[in-house]
Amino acid sequence: MRLAREYLRRPLGVIAAAFLVLVALAVIAAPLIAPYDQLRMDLGHSLALPSAKHWLGTDRLGRDVLSRLLWGGRVSLGGLAEALSVAFAIGVVAGLIAGYVGRGVDNAISRTTEVLMATPGIVVLLMVYGISNNNAHLGMITLGVLCSPSITRVTRAAARAVSQEVYISSAEVLGMGRLRIVFDHVLPNIWGPIIVSTAVLGAVILGIQGGLNYINLGVNPPAASWGGMVSDGQRVLAQQPWLIVPSGLLLTLVIMALMLTADGLRDATASNRSRPARAQAAAARKPSAQAGAGQADASAALSVRGLSVSFSGLEVVRNVSFDVRDGRTLGIVGESGCGKSVTASAALDQLGPGSRIDGEVVFGGVDLNHAPRRVRARTRGAGIAYVSQDPMVALDPCFTVESQLGELIGRHERLRGSRRRARALELLRQVGLPNPADTAARYPHQLSGGMAQRVSIACALAGRPRVLIADEPTTALDVTIQGEILDLLRTLQGETGLAIVLITHDLGVVADLCDRVAVMYAGEIVEIADVESIFDRPAHPYTRGLIDSNPIASKRGSPLPSIPGAVPSPANWPIGCHFGERCRFRTPQCSAGPVPLAPVADASPHQARCIRVGELDLASAGQERRS
Amino acid sequence: MNFLGTLASRTLGSLALLIVVPTITFFIQGLSPSNVVKGLLGLDATPAQIADLNHRLGLDQPLMLRYARWLANAATGDLGTSYTNHQSVQQILAPRLSVSLSLILGALAVFTIAGVVVGVMSATQGRVVGRVLDVVSTIGVAAPNFWLAVILIALFGVALPIFPATGYVFFSDSPRLWLLSLVLPVVALAFAGITAVAKQTRDQMMLAIHSPWARTLRANGASEVSIVYKHALRNAAAPVITIAGTIFVGALSGSVVIENIFVLPGLGSQSLASALQADLPVVQGIAVYFTIIVVVVNVVIDIAAAILNPKVR
Ligand SMILES: Nc1ncnc2c1ncn2[C@@H]1O[C@H](COP(=O)(O)OP(=O)(O)OP(=O)(O)O)[C@@H](O)[C@H]1O
Ligand code: SF4
Ligand SMILES: [Mg+2]
Repeated sequence: MRLAREYLRRPLGVIAAAFLVLVALAVIAAPLIAPYDQLRMDLGHSLALPSAKHWLGTDRLGRDVLSRLLWGGRVSLGGLAEALSVAFAIGVVAGLIAGYVGRGVDNAISRTTEVLMATPGIVVLLMVYGISNNNAHLGMITLGVLCSPSITRVTRAAARAVSQEVYISSAEVLGMGRLRIVFDHVLPNIWGPIIVSTAVLGAVILGIQGGLNYINLGVNPPAASWGGMVSDGQRVLAQQPWLIVPSGLLLTLVIMALMLTADGLRDATASNRSRPARAQAAAARKPSAQAGAGQADASAALSVRGLSVSFSGLEVVRNVSFDVRDGRTLGIVGESGCGKSVTASAALDQLGPGSRIDGEVVFGGVDLNHAPRRVRARTRGAGIAYVSQDPMVALDPCFTVESQLGELIGRHERLRGSRRRARALELLRQVGLPNPADTAARYPHQLSGGMAQRVSIACALAGRPRVLIADEPTTALDVTIQGEILDLLRTLQGETGLAIVLITHDLGVVADLCDRVAVMYAGEIVEIADVESIFDRPAHPYTRGLIDSNPIASKRGSPLPSIPGAVPSPANWPIGCHFGERCRFRTPQCSAGPVPLAPVADASPHQARCIRVGELDLASAGQERRS
Repeated sequence: MNFLGTLASRTLGSLALLIVVPTITFFIQGLSPSNVVKGLLGLDATPAQIADLNHRLGLDQPLMLRYARWLANAATGDLGTSYTNHQSVQQILAPRLSVSLSLILGALAVFTIAGVVVGVMSATQGRVVGRVLDVVSTIGVAAPNFWLAVILIALFGVALPIFPATGYVFFSDSPRLWLLSLVLPVVALAFAGITAVAKQTRDQMMLAIHSPWARTLRANGASEVSIVYKHALRNAAAPVITIAGTIFVGALSGSVVIENIFVLPGLGSQSLASALQADLPVVQGIAVYFTIIVVVVNVVIDIAAAILNPKVR
């Protein structure tokens, strides 16, 4: 029982469950442990406060409150058990039918569930109590029926999810009966959510039942119930306010314990399902020294120096430096998870709490990483702007294009009214939208991917930025649209002299658009050079591998070679060369210690992070391998 | 899907409720006529008396026939006659409607507004405020509304008599006293809903604040104030309103208990009295009233949610 073990790790949940068991036992044992008969009156000792003789005092007829609490619990918890079993039985069966067994009736069951949820249940309950002379059992059964939708829904959803799993379809293929599959494969996998929702429902039912008992539905005084005892107490509120406390508080505590138990169960099932890797704990590295970062380039539009980023102590980007000049484009390439987006976010000041940024992000002569909040805020959009990967989620779905673009224009240029609108239309025209007025009036979901990305670019241009950081701006688009967007970026750069940082997986895009390229691997820049040098004379084995695995570089028809292995996650970076594990040229030396980023020749702007740079001739390595 | 189409299908769904719920209660009513008559006559009624009353109330006729007749009458606005005092159900219930509406619409307003305020606070204030609100809301949800009501009476009706402990004043008699007499019942009824609305508001706002579009807006210069109070709040609106509708149905049921606690002369207190006296035509009439209220509120909420959702508009 992994679930049980997980649950026991949660002290609050354990205390709550223990409390529930204790209350249930006490209530069951009421005939044995109740100090008095629940109905025994003692008018001489009415309305007494707690004492040694009456631990919780006495009520207006001198009856012992503790005894009535214990006996009343039999009504309350007994009713809860009735209602909950009915809701559970109906909910699980209907949910399984809807979710797995009979998909044909799924629709009918879902409709019924919806109607039941919109039904003001009290009128049904009142009618049942009305025809049955206030029968408690019928009332609780009805309540169970009325409450069953919450369990039906949860069961249905869970059964649906499970029925899509491979082991179910293979059991079906093997000719196993549906009912057998339900008991052997479906139910064992969905108990978690069902039990959680049952516990939550238990809390809800107890509250409703207490209210019904309070107004004398489902109880026949003088027999005690928790709800009825609050009502008794209210009658003598002015003389003895204490009497509303014991039963109401106990009921509240039981309800709260049920909810905490449900919370605990929910957490336990969640962590039972997906146990997070524990590797992270091992990696409390200290941020590396910013060796070789050098001075910021004064002529660059954006100059990043020795940038390192950690999330809760785990370094994911290390000692990254690059420059972009006005009117130029720097490409950042690398496989997934190498830290490209984190680097961009750090430059954009868009990393949330829990992150730590070391190093400098110099814009307009100011290190933004150490600048006051006001300066950083002023730079956003007006100095450095951003275009994101997926245009379909890059715009607020609830506002029109004009409204969002207008907000940014208003912010940057303090324009209002018709002048703001004119500027918005001008921007939309500038990004090549043929009918700006029409586009401006649309909501994001009314735009195609290409249009949405143009609008995103217009938003980025609203502050007339000097630097544009585009994180895979074409990845989510159709191939034909990709080219258009890249052309647009090129045109805009020609018109406005933008400096562009372009993050991409696609070396074709790099070759097409970039002047300089930084290759990232496992959090570090492993090679940085002019675009010609990267393609003609790659100096790092990883760059070579990237070029070989890219469609444009390989011969038509021959299978695409890919680099074997995977990028190590930040928690598993080796001490030596990060690429070592996947490198064909590795020597023992490579793993000995950190490898510095060094010029391939004296004072060359072409730098690589490989100790064998001088020895390897990678200009033709790929071709050799392929032939 | 277009706006009117969506709205029409949702409205039809709500209207179906108008048939379904009274039908269910009517057939429950027909399940056990002998009990009903016993309830009316008392336990020591003779079989002859029972048969006579059964006949006089028409309970000896087939259930389907009674249902058809009731339905035809209800369609013309005639909900039948009370078993106990021979007034028409309409006469009994109509004057009570305004009381119940004051209570439940007041609760709807309070839990929606307060829930949104609390939700925004816990989305924007740091972790500490969030934790405090979590704890308060756990207690708030756990304390059943009737106990909360009695505690409110004890505190603000008896110990510090700021509000009347029980009773109701009609708006037409004194708007001020009307308001005062509603404060405690509305708060007691709304309390649990505040928590649910707050949670939904917070979850939806957090989703929006951390969404890719918020990040894009932020990186391009939009202010945090605008992202939280304009964009995130606007995105949260439709789901929050929808959940308010769900909570409303529960609150309507709760109003029966609350009206009895505070001795409000509304539909809820009448329904209890009628149910305990087995005055079933009145209970059946209340089923109709309550269902109409649910349907109207549902339709209004559907319209609001549709207007707020640009994908439907
Ligand atoms: N908020 C975060 N908290 C913790 N770790 C993070 C966070 N964001 C990113 N990471 C980790 O940082 C590393 C780099 O992620 P990043 O998103 O920068 O990769 P990428 O190069 O942009 O990849 P892709 O090409 O898939 O976009 C990954 O290992 C990722 O798990
Ligand atoms: S340092 Fe060694 S392991 Fe790393 S890339 Fe160079 S040759 Fe390969
Ligand atoms: Mg990325």
